[in-house]
Amino acid sequence: MLDSGAELGPFTIAYQTYGRLDAERANAILVCHALTGDQFVAETHPVTGKPGWWETMVGPGKPIDTDRFFVICVNVLGACMGTTGPRDPNPATGKPYGLSFPVITVADMVRAQKLLIDHLGIEKLFCVTGGSMGGMQVLQWAANYPTRVFAAVPIATGARHSAQNIAFHEVGRQAIMADPDWCHGDYLSEGRNPRRGLAVARMAAHITYLSEAALHQKFGRNLQDRTRVTYGFEADFQVESYLRYQGSSFVERFDANSYLYLTRAMDYFDLAAEYGGVLANAFRGTPVRFCLVSFTGDWLFPTSESRAIVHSLNAVAANVSFVEIESDKGHDAFLLEEPEFAKTLAGFLAGSAAHRGLK
Amino acid sequence: MSAAEILKPRARRSGAPLRRDLALIAEMIPPGARVLDVGCGDGALLEYLVHELGADGRGIELSQAGVNACVARGLSVIQGDADTDLKDYPSDAFDVAVLSQTLQATRAPRKVLEELVRIGRRAIVSFPNFGHWRVRWRLFHGGRMPNTPSLPDDWYATPNIHLCTILDFEDLAAELGLTIERALVLDSRGRAKALGSMRLANWFGEQCIMLLRRG
Repeated sequence: MLDSGAELGPFTIAYQTYGRLDAERANAILVCHALTGDQFVAETHPVTGKPGWWETMVGPGKPIDTDRFFVICVNVLGACMGTTGPRDPNPATGKPYGLSFPVITVADMVRAQKLLIDHLGIEKLFCVTGGSMGGMQVLQWAANYPTRVFAAVPIATGARHSAQNIAFHEVGRQAIMADPDWCHGDYLSEGRNPRRGLAVARMAAHITYLSEAALHQKFGRNLQDRTRVTYGFEADFQVESYLRYQGSSFVERFDANSYLYLTRAMDYFDLAAEYGGVLANAFRGTPVRFCLVSFTGDWLFPTSESRAIVHSLNAVAANVSFVEIESDKGHDAFLLEEPEFAKTLAGFLAGSAAHRGLK
Repeated sequence: MSAAEILKPRARRSGAPLRRDLALIAEMIPPGARVLDVGCGDGALLEYLVHELGADGRGIELSQAGVNACVARGLSVIQGDADTDLKDYPSDAFDVAVLSQTLQATRAPRKVLEELVRIGRRAIVSFPNFGHWRVRWRLFHGGRMPNTPSLPDDWYATPNIHLCTILDFEDLAAELGLTIERALVLDSRGRAKALGSMRLANWFGEQCIMLLRRG
């Protein structure tokens, strides 16, 4: 039973694990992926052949040390890397769900994850962490299942999706739906794929993940393989060429309808609204140890969003740490090499492990 | 968090001795207490309280570099300002709220002190004493703003905007209806001295540490 009132089932959950669960089943860390992420956190991606999306943080000897912790990452409900989503067949019709897939929420994603954690026999997760949409899942976990989470690390996220962020998502969705190949969501049955629409959606979104400073540093006004502008609409500038590449490579690995559903889930996220309009109510009496992280150059989920969560946690005297990391890499900073961030996360996990009595 | 999870005493990780004034503050804190250290700096006191006394310690620190250092040491610290952020905490959230060498640098010390004794059942406040004989001498004899071991900065560079003497502090505590349960003064070498009287302490204490409670 989903938040929307619709029912979904049976459904598949695809996940990856790294490291070994200890005898007490106490060393599990659930990593929640962001909008276009997936369960391949720390291994070569089976479709793109690229490194896992968080290999900077997860692996042997890394801050999320797979020699010490048992790391689980679940492809979220509605996504397209194995967990049931809109491109899977609807058992009622035998055809791909398309838009008949029910709208899902962050809380639905977390409920599905909890079924897996129950199935794995893990009474209490040592830590739940993730950035952006992953951070929303972390907050939802801590709010809904405070006794099942020892420590929570929401990164570059907010307790609700802002109007500006909803607006950017709407641009992306409209780009997909304006593509004639989208076929009102039935492109799979029609043997088509709204590649152009999804690519434009990705291009627009990608800009929001970077920062003016990062774009300037990387590309400036440099021209792409030419010495002067062509007085046309080719990709004269490197930044255009880069965005086009980002768009076209994205459609190779992502389903357009999944993009609609997952952006919607983020838009609907408003944790306070689920708790009588007062965010602090979501955490009243919480035993969870929190560590929030934001980045100075992130304008999609600026520090003020994390600070609002910190204020609510202080109001209920929760155990909370909060660091703002100096970075000009924009929202994507949490996925990139940021030594100060790595030190923070490693330190917080070490401190929490000591409190938890982990070896 | 259950008591069992937090009351696990552990060996001191770093061998470095705690600064003398911080050690004296630590002596006023019962083991296992819930403590908020306001202006916790690099977390030296907090680390001691958590690891040696099994305290449930939290910190607020103004400088982001200090906060990041604390969190990387495994301490629960947030970036925040004593002047503006104490109001977020519920009353009696902590057994002890510590304000070490910070009161004189706040914009509204009276308000900060009120918040401190609201969120903590007890408060420990330490501050440099502007009534110390060396301060008086520098001002009286030299006619210039005093530089002393506990007040090393020039007047234009000092973060200390609300300096007071021990007697001033005593007056404010009385005005706020606070009881001074314990008071210690330190001489310039950081040695604790017993207080003969507040007047004497005001002459010979470079720094002062007070343990306060409401009523």
